[in-house]
Amino acid sequence: MSQLDTLKSAIKDRLGELECVIGWEQGYDPLHATPLFIRTEADLDRLIIGPLAVHNLATYLTAYKGKKIGVVVKGCDSRSVIELLNENLISRDDLVIFGLCCDGVVSQRKIRAALPADPGFVEAVDISANGLKITVAGQTAMLNMTDILADKCRTCQHPNALISDVLIGENRQSASSTSLACQEEFEAKSDAEKFAFWQETMSRCIRCYACRNACPMCVCRDYCIATSRDPLWVSQDNSPAENFMFQMIHVSHLAGRCTECGECERACPVDIPLMLLRRFMNKQVQDVFEHQAGTDLEQTPPLLTFKVEEERINERGW
Amino acid sequence: MPAQDVRELRIVGFLCNWCSYGGADTAGVGRFSQPTDLRIIRVPCSGRIDPLFIVRALLNGADGVLVSGCHPRDCHYAEGNFYARRRLELLKRFLPVTGFDARRFEYTWVSASEGQRWQHVVTEFTRRIHELGPAPNFNPASEMDWNALALHAAQGQTCPCHG
Repeated sequence: MSQLDTLKSAIKDRLGELECVIGWEQGYDPLHATPLFIRTEADLDRLIIGPLAVHNLATYLTAYKGKKIGVVVKGCDSRSVIELLNENLISRDDLVIFGLCCDGVVSQRKIRAALPADPGFVEAVDISANGLKITVAGQTAMLNMTDILADKCRTCQHPNALISDVLIGENRQSASSTSLACQEEFEAKSDAEKFAFWQETMSRCIRCYACRNACPMCVCRDYCIATSRDPLWVSQDNSPAENFMFQMIHVSHLAGRCTECGECERACPVDIPLMLLRRFMNKQVQDVFEHQAGTDLEQTPPLLTFKVEEERINERGW
Repeated sequence: MPAQDVRELRIVGFLCNWCSYGGADTAGVGRFSQPTDLRIIRVPCSGRIDPLFIVRALLNGADGVLVSGCHPRDCHYAEGNFYARRRLELLKRFLPVTGFDARRFEYTWVSASEGQRWQHVVTEFTRRIHELGPAPNFNPASEMDWNALALHAAQGQTCPCHG
C-alpha cells in the first residue's frame, strides 16, 4: 500500500470520532496544493501528500480549540504542534495526529524562478523522486528536486514527525548540512549593508499580515499588538520604519518559540526573506539557552523561565 | 559638567525605580559630574522592559539606549531582573542581523548606593555613542532619498537566496 493509501485508511478509522481532519488537496492548478478539511469519507478521495503539500496545518489548530480534530503533519509541522502543546494553547486529548515521514517540499518561488516564463495555468505535474515534470501551454519542463527544494528542507533535522498517534512511512534521514549559504552570506555583511538591505526590503512590505496569519505560533489573532490602537505600537504610516517595527514585533514574540516552518516567508506576497531574521534569532536562542523550540514535550520556552546563574550569559563588566 | 563641545546626542535610558534610578539620584546628590545626553525613563522594574521598547526607541531615532536595573538577586520583586536578563541578552545578540549597531544598546546593573558606578556607566556609554556618532535614520531623510529607495525596491530582489 502506498503512503497515501495507508494515510487514507488511518484517517478513515478515526474520522467518526473527529470534527474534521485537516490535510491537503489540489488547489487551483496541479502545481498548487491547498488545505483540505475532511469531514466525510467522500472528502478523503481529494487528499494528497508529497512535495506540493507545503502548508503547515498546525496553524489551524488553535481555531478549533475545544473540538476534537485530526491533523496531518510533516516533521517540521509536528514541531509546531509540540510547541503549541508545551504552551498549553491546545489540548493533546482533543487532537489526533497523523505523522508523515517527509522527503521535503518544494518552494513555489524557486519553481517560478526556474521556469522560463511566468507559468500561468499549469496543465499537468508529474511527480517523481528526482523532480517535477511541469506541463504549461503544451510545453514540458523538467525541474530537479535539488533545485526547487525549499530552504528549510535543505537543513531539515527532523524529517519524521516527532509526535504522532499514527506514523506513516519509513523513517527518513535528516539533512547532512546545517547551514544555508544565503544565511551565512547575509550575516557576513557589514551593519551598514544589512541596514540598507532592510530599509529597501521593508519599503516593499505592504503590511498585509500574511506572515502573521500563516504563522502557527501567532495565536493572539484579533488581539495582536501590531494592530492595536491602544497601546499604539505601530502607526498606520506605511514607512519602512513602521513596517520594520511590525517585523520586529513578530520576531521578538517568536523568540524561543519559532519552529522554523518557514510559513511567514512562503506567505509573503512581496518576497521578503523573513527567515533571515528567524534563523538568526533561533541560532541565538540555541547558543544562549540550548533550546530548540518544538523538539521536546517537556521543555519550557526559555523566556518564560530563568536560572539564577546563567551559564551562557556573560555579565559585561564596566 | 557642561554639555560637551560637540552636539548632544539622544540617549534613552530605561531605569528601574528601586535600584538604578536611586543610583542615578545618589550620583546627583553626590554631585558627580555626568554627561547630559541621557534621557531617563523610570520603570517599576527591569522586568517591565519589553525589548520592543528598545527597538522602538532605536527606530524612532535614538542614538543609543541604556537599560539598567537591580543587580541579579537584588530585585525588589525578587525575580524581575532574571527575566529581563534573558530578554535583554537575546536582544543584544539579535541586533546585528537588523543592521543596527549592537553597541548602541547596552544593559547593566546599578544599585541605589552605587552613585560612582552610575557616573562611570553613563560617562562610558555616552562616550561610546559619541564615538559612533548619530544613528542612521531608518526612514529616508529627504524626498530624493525616498524616491531612490522606491526605485531600488522596484528593481526587485537583492537577496541571494530568492533568485
